[in-house]
Parts: sequence; structure tokens; C-alpha cells
Amino acid sequence: MNGLQCQVMLQRPGFTLDVDLQIPGHGITALFGPSGSGKTTVLRVLAGLEPQARGRIAVRDAVWQDSAQGIYRPVHQRALGYVFQEASLFAHLNVESNLKFGFNRTPVSERRHGWDHALGLLGIEHLLARWPRELSGGERQRVAIARALAASPQLLLMDEPLASLDMARKAEILPYLERLQKELDIPVLYVTHAIDEVARLADHLVLLDAGRVTAQGPTTELLTRLDLPLAHGDTAGAVLTCTVQAHDDTDYLTTTTFDGGTLIVPRQAVETGRTLRVRVQARDVSLTLQHQTDTSILNILPGTVTALAANSPGQLMVAVEVGASTLLARVTTRSAAALGLVPGMAVYAQIKGAAILG
Amino acid sequence: MPLLTASDLQAIGLTLQVAALTTCILLLVGTPLAWWLARTQSWMKKPISALVAMPLVLPPTVLGFYLLVLMGPHGPVGQWMQALGLGPLPFTFGGLVVASAFYSLPFMVQPLQNAMEAMGTRPLEVASSLRSSPVDTFFSVVIPLCKPGFVTGAVMCFAHTVGEFGVVLMVGGNIPGVTRVISVQIYDHVEAMEYADAHRLAAVMLGFSFVVLLTLYSYNGRRTQGLTA
Repeated sequence: MNGLQCQVMLQRPGFTLDVDLQIPGHGITALFGPSGSGKTTVLRVLAGLEPQARGRIAVRDAVWQDSAQGIYRPVHQRALGYVFQEASLFAHLNVESNLKFGFNRTPVSERRHGWDHALGLLGIEHLLARWPRELSGGERQRVAIARALAASPQLLLMDEPLASLDMARKAEILPYLERLQKELDIPVLYVTHAIDEVARLADHLVLLDAGRVTAQGPTTELLTRLDLPLAHGDTAGAVLTCTVQAHDDTDYLTTTTFDGGTLIVPRQAVETGRTLRVRVQARDVSLTLQHQTDTSILNILPGTVTALAANSPGQLMVAVEVGASTLLARVTTRSAAALGLVPGMAVYAQIKGAAILG
Repeated sequence: MPLLTASDLQAIGLTLQVAALTTCILLLVGTPLAWWLARTQSWMKKPISALVAMPLVLPPTVLGFYLLVLMGPHGPVGQWMQALGLGPLPFTFGGLVVASAFYSLPFMVQPLQNAMEAMGTRPLEVASSLRSSPVDTFFSVVIPLCKPGFVTGAVMCFAHTVGEFGVVLMVGGNIPGVTRVISVQIYDHVEAMEYADAHRLAAVMLGFSFVVLLTLYSYNGRRTQGLTA
């Protein structure tokens, strides 16, 4: 097991956190839930910042906490990186000294990269001599992430790292986070309440509500499960991982394949063979019983209805299995009745639009 | 006639020694005390805070009187000192420093405690997540971040000790070269109707206090402008 196992309980007046998490050894796992659901508390318990928490925490082969056996490693002996909502750089140190703070305290045998490895990942080489007060909000957060990585963590905890930034700053940081998602070989726990960050970054998803895990699993799976709140509402939709196959420069299109067929998207400036995360929203998918030929829609995929659930008055959410993937389609109750949609029925999903997440 | 008499200079030298020593002692004692007060959730926080602040409101003679009783040959501290084979503290330089330390304690503890509370717990949590032990964090994060508090505390403590009078008279008396500090010397000059001498020494104190406070305010003003990151 090279991931994170955590089974902990923490009681506070009016709130009980009781979670059992299995987090894969790499990729980003999003902790998603309404405010007050205990997302940040989970991170603090993992970090050892909540000493009253009971239970067991193991990261890779190291047991950080096992209350039954009286094992409790204090925070500074847990090899973790913690990125707070506000960058929290040390105001008395310049960027370079901030970055070296954790690196210098990491035993040489535990260092996995040179201290400047994290600089390249976050693109902050040019900021070394600056002071925290001279940086923009986005730059500060990038330095904070690099500082955490420079201490060679076995687990990276990020608590809504984008929440205190405006749209432009978010857009500036997201590409770096995507890089972490692809390149880091440690588990990353990412707290957020923004579904677009989940869709864009998370491989794995943990849904929290009132201190309990309501579901955990691959993001693509959880986003389309009709028994979960994520598959409802205006922004519901599937996320597909697509491999770029070919570009058509005449029509300015890119052909990709995913676990369920072919998806044609607007021309993307990426090489063939690379993967793209594509979000297909439920409101952009319509269903037909016959394969339409005289239509302007490019992407028509055969599939099978697996479930239907009421969405809002007059509307249904329909899960359609397409190969190994699942799409969501939002249809009116009238259309559903007219088509006679029931689970197990063969349909064609017409995709009107797809958003490339990167 | 020289500007200041030999006994004036002796009093100034003695005062500076008492103030410097008191400041050093209070940096060592006041720092952990301020840290505890800033961090603790204990019910003891309020009573201890009140005790620390008492010299601000008590007449110095009251404080001096109790210290005299405690440190005298029949007081508990006096008995203890004797048991250790040390001489009595009242009317000695050592006794004066001990009394000054009590008298100036709030001037050290309060700025430090304020700075530590203003810093919050976040820098401590960040440091611990970067593999820094609590002791390491105290020296590498808390002290640098609370530097304005340390500077204010040390300066106020020094200046306040230089200006003490009541406690000195009660505990130290008026022994030239041992316990006769500037404020006592000025009192002596006035008692002896040596108004010119009193004026010179009083003017030195006036100038000293102004320069110290001006420097402190300028320093703190610059810090707050520079550190709003």
C-alpha cells in the first residue's frame, strides 16, 4: 500500500468527525462538501494539528498515529506539506529562505529532490530574492506550495488554495496544480467547495457531509452517480479522460478517444497521444432513440440508460452508459415519457458541447 | 564647575547598570511568561495577568514595602537566602535589581504578549508542518516575528527602571555607589536646596526619556509600514 489510510474520529461540541479514507498513492484527491462538513478538520487531523483526534493514520508504510497502540507522531515528525488557504509565508524571510525553511530541516536521507526542484514545478525561479510583501496573491500561493514540496513530503495537504484569489489569479495557478497532478508521486489531498476545481484537478473524490464520508471513489464515477448530489443541479456533468488522436486543420477540429468511443472537440494545441480532461455537462446532452444523420451535432454516441432520477420540477437526470464511461443527460419529464426512457434501454447521446479542462 | 558632579556621574552609572541588568533578567523571565500568557487556555491566565500588571497601579511604596518584608531577615525569601548562605538582599545592589525586576515586569510582558497574540497560531502551524520542532520554531519564527514586541519591551523596561524612585527608596535606601540611583540623587539635591544640580540631572532625564520614546515610536512606525504584507 503506497497511499494513505486514515480512520479517525474527533468529537467537538456540536460536531463529530468520523471518517474512514483510502487515498491512492498519487494523483489529486478532492475533499468536497458544504462548509462545516469537516473538510479542513480532516486535513488538520491528518497533519497532527488536532491532538484530541483518535484513530489510525498510515502514510505509505509509516504509521503516523495509532491511538490503540499509543502511537502519536507530533506534526514536525510527519513528513507532510500543508498549504493553507492564505499563503502564510514567513514575513521575516525572503522567498528563498521561506523555501529553504523546510528543506534545511529535512534529513538528507529523506530528501527526494534538490531544494530547487520545486521552484521549476511552480515557476518561481525569478522570485527568490523578493519578500513576501512584494508578491501578488498568486505568486505567494505558488511559493507556499513550493515551500511545502521542498520539504520532501510523503503527503501533500492543500486547504482551498485558490479560495482567497480572484479569477485571474486562479487561472494563473491552475496550470501549476495540473502539473502537480501529473508529476507528483505522492498522495495530494485537496479541499475545495468549487465543483469546477474538482472536475479539472481531481482523480479521486471524497464527499463529506456533517463530518461523515458520503461517498469516495474515482471522480469520473462519483460525478455521474445519480444517488449523489453532485449529479444534480445546473452544473452536473461527466468528466472524460480523452486521448488526442488526430487534428483536422481544415475544419479546425481535434479527434479524441475515451473509454466509450470517439469525441470530436475544437482544435487543441496539444500533441497527439496526450490526454485531455473534457467536461460534458448534462444540459449539453440530449437523447434520441434513432441515430440521427441529418443533424449539425458531431458527437453522437450509442449507449444504454442505467438510471433516471428527478432533478428539478419537470426535469429528469438520466445516466447513460457509453462503453466504460457514463454520461449524464438532462431531459424534460415530457420528453422522457415520450421516448419511454427506462433503465436498460438503448439510446443515442447527442453531445452539443464539451468543455476542455486541460 | 563641571556640568555634573562626581556623585551625579556615579548615580548615572549605577542607574544604567541596574536598568541594563533588570532588562536582561526580564528578557529571560518575561519571554516564557509572555509566551505562556499568550498561548494558554488555563483559568490561571487572568489571575496571573492581573498579578503581572499590579505594579502599574500599585504605589511603588506598597510594592517596595512588601518586597522589603519578603526579603528581610525574617521574611521567607530572606530566610531562604540565609539558608543558602547568601547575604540579605535589602539595601544591596542585588536587592535593588530584584525589586526593579518586579516593578518593571509588566513593561516587558505586555508588549511581548501583545506581539505573540497578534502573530496568531498560523506561523507556528506552518513551521511545524515544515518539520520544525517547537523549540526550533520559537527561535526561528516566534522571536523574529515578535521582534517589535521584544524591542518595545526591552526599551520600555530599561527606561522605566531608569525612572524608578519609590521602590528604590523602600528596598535600596540611599547608599552612594550601591543603591543611590539618579532619581534618588535628584531628590537629595532638592532636599539640600541644590536646585541648580537638581536641574541639570533632571534635564538629563527629561532628554533621555524623550529620545528613547521618540526612537521607539519611529522604529515601530517604520516596522508597521514595512510589514503589512
